[in-house]
Amino acid sequence: MRFGVVQFPGTCDERDALLACGQVGDAELLWHGDADLKGVDAVVIPGGFSYGDYLRVGAIARFSPVMSAVSAFAREGGPVLGICNGFQVLCEAGLLPGALLPNLERRFICRQLDIEVVDAGTPWTRALSAGQLLSIPAKHTTGRWYAPPALLDDVRVVFRYAHDGNPNGSTNDVAGVANAAGNVVGLMPHPEHAIDALRGSVDGLGLFASPAGALAGA
Amino acid sequence: MRAQVLIRPKAGILDPQGVAVEQALPALGFSGVSDVRIGRLVELEVDDPAQLEAMCERLLANPLIEDYEIVGR
Repeated sequence: MRFGVVQFPGTCDERDALLACGQVGDAELLWHGDADLKGVDAVVIPGGFSYGDYLRVGAIARFSPVMSAVSAFAREGGPVLGICNGFQVLCEAGLLPGALLPNLERRFICRQLDIEVVDAGTPWTRALSAGQLLSIPAKHTTGRWYAPPALLDDVRVVFRYAHDGNPNGSTNDVAGVANAAGNVVGLMPHPEHAIDALRGSVDGLGLFASPAGALAGA
Repeated sequence: MRAQVLIRPKAGILDPQGVAVEQALPALGFSGVSDVRIGRLVELEVDDPAQLEAMCERLLANPLIEDYEIVGR
């Protein structure tokens, strides 16, 4: 199992993403200017501030060469995970439904919180079970996921903030969503920061173990 | 030609920046202010203004959450 971790100018969580992927397989960086995914089995788009988040979060990154390759990979059913800024990029690219708006309370939030697994049927959640709680940190300013009411019924929700602990005012407490096929998943909290007991939680590992298990079982 | 594009949060979407400004104005003694909304102004030189709409749809605005208005062309 080989993971590719995308790095844009301004990405800052790629090292933790590489460490997380490295716990369950091999992992290498994919540079934003490269349209070649180097034959990886799964793609992770980590957090940060791609291209300075100019114009709108994720708006410029979506047009980078690597994203055309990621889009083609996603359309063929390849597993793609977007975390935080990666989630924003995938929404801007139209690979995930909705958009991310500034937090309701207008503040940068940074805290450990619980999210509930809603859909354990995606390649990124197969090692988890529906209803399971994951203790994972969230850190963002623009994390309020939004979709217009007309679209909401068709959205595949994968994670929700638990215990009324919605930190950003997202619609229906949504913390993460998938595309209709389920192979593309995005979430605001950071599973790659919850992979070592030293940090207080290893609950993030399940996301990275999921596609690895899916491939091994195929 | 010089074109201007105004980009606004769509009606019904809560705009925290607008709320912050709305709450700050009374602190300076201004009263009777409500429904403050904050968007963006993009100014650009374009050879072919006919392309402006496509530019807005594809990059300058996110039509899911923002309305745009092309002015000054």
